[in-house]
Amino acid sequence: MQNHVLDYLDDIVKKCPDKLAFANEKEGLTFKEVYEQTRSIGTYLHKQGIYKEPVIVFMNKHPKTITAFFGVIEGGCFYVPIDEQMPVARINLILDNVKPRLMICDEKTVKRAAEFETQAKAVLYEDIAHLQADDEALREIRDKAIDTDPIYIVFTSGSTGVPKGVAACHRSVLDYIEQLCDVLKFNENTVFGNQTPLYFDACLKELYPTLKFGATTYLIPKGLFMMPLKLVEFLNEKKINTVCWVVSALTMISSLNTFEKVVPQYLHTIAFGSEVFPIKQFNLWKTTLPEADFVNLYGPTEGTGMCCYYRAERLFEEGESIPIGRPFKNTEILLLDENNRLADTGELCIRGTSVTLGYYNNPEKTKEAYVQNPLNTAYPEIIYRTGDIATRNEAGELLFVSRKDYQIKHMGHRIELGEIEANVNALTGIKTCACVYSKTDEKIVLYYVGDKDKATLIKDLRDKLPRYMLPNDMECLDAMLYTPNGKIDRKALLARYEEMKQTC
Amino acid sequence: MDRLLEILSDLHPEIDFEECTTLIDDGILDSFDIVSLISEINEEYDVVISAEYIVPENFNSAEALYALIEKLEEE
Repeated sequence: MQNHVLDYLDDIVKKCPDKLAFANEKEGLTFKEVYEQTRSIGTYLHKQGIYKEPVIVFMNKHPKTITAFFGVIEGGCFYVPIDEQMPVARINLILDNVKPRLMICDEKTVKRAAEFETQAKAVLYEDIAHLQADDEALREIRDKAIDTDPIYIVFTSGSTGVPKGVAACHRSVLDYIEQLCDVLKFNENTVFGNQTPLYFDACLKELYPTLKFGATTYLIPKGLFMMPLKLVEFLNEKKINTVCWVVSALTMISSLNTFEKVVPQYLHTIAFGSEVFPIKQFNLWKTTLPEADFVNLYGPTEGTGMCCYYRAERLFEEGESIPIGRPFKNTEILLLDENNRLADTGELCIRGTSVTLGYYNNPEKTKEAYVQNPLNTAYPEIIYRTGDIATRNEAGELLFVSRKDYQIKHMGHRIELGEIEANVNALTGIKTCACVYSKTDEKIVLYYVGDKDKATLIKDLRDKLPRYMLPNDMECLDAMLYTPNGKIDRKALLARYEEMKQTC
Repeated sequence: MDRLLEILSDLHPEIDFEECTTLIDDGILDSFDIVSLISEINEEYDVVISAEYIVPENFNSAEALYALIEKLEEE
């Protein structure tokens, strides 16, 4: 039985060594190159005595970044990807959590790495990716591997202002990849066009199926997601037939009437998720590509990527929402009410192999969300509580209803409004603040009280938060709005925003 | 032009839009900004910026964007 994600790579390199595996608009790596560089990095880690510990991968989005991930796993370690655009303050929080000894950089990022508060040694990818592999050492590392060992940690927004690192193991990734490949019918002819960043779990959908089938993944340049015509031309030029994108990337194309000028010619599989798909935009896609498979995917990082799917095989009416559907095979979804009983509408909880290991170095937060299955008192069994409220329709399909807390989805990113607030409150001159999310405008709106102009506030905040978490609109108030029992009145703030929007 | 500058500084109060000519090249505007801009320009000036005009040259500065709006208004 396969117990290691890199077994995919070892198998495929024998079948199609010279096929293009991962590429960007300019250059790419074949499976043989990926294989050799992976083993070189694994060998380097072994020689440094780095084993069963986190290794930071701090590189620009590039095929080599992916190979660095695999190299870390080959060495018996787990990768922690860090985004090059993330503010230093946030990176330092992550480094403090992970306490790495090694950081793999590229020529551009290595300079920034010097600013970090860490003991970790920074090495250049190019310096460690072309060494002679130590076959014996690597075989020994592989023989000792256990499928419950972690392979990565990715960081997600935390409501107290500190990001949480979700650790996942071989077994849950293998389970996820096998189910996903079945549902989306990937094969050796699949050509992926990757949109999602490599520092989230979303890119698992392309990375591991590419290894499993000997498929090809193109990393689409980020700038193209602002230029719809050029983006579709890129899809056609590279003969991309499969995309797993956030909804906002798809709607950017359809809402700007791109299809009147150019249509994706090869695209036959479109998986989307992380957000509600506006029905008008979905129908535009569906009518433009009537033969293509459209699949809605749902799942939190803590459930190893995605855990539910729904085949959207028809057009939808305005006001309808596309279901999140049914769980993948080998996963069960429990809807639990406040008393932890099964309910028609309740908190969506995940049971099965796909539940990840927990939040790294964070037992308190882990205990809150990774809990004993309340329906089972006979033996230890962990389920993950998503905080999403869901219900079932007559067909038994799951529908997303709302959140239990102040977590939002904005442009495909999962954001805790509390994390933004904690960072704003920490700025000089701020007395208090609150964030609300306008679903109609898809804007994060910040209300604050204090002596600070908007421009300085946003500038200061840029040093603390990633760009996608910055408020899109803000207002300085004389006094915060409170409910009668003294809590910040978020409903009133949101109403204030909606009202302002209508009058201007 | 003043109204466009207002729309832009609502999006990014920290940027001097009268001076900056690298809004796209330096990643100041992202895809979210572009989509919001297009919808606000549509409301304000009643022009539709269609996909073929969404290229870096037209969005790198407020001036270039305003020139595009004027061109579309004439059509």
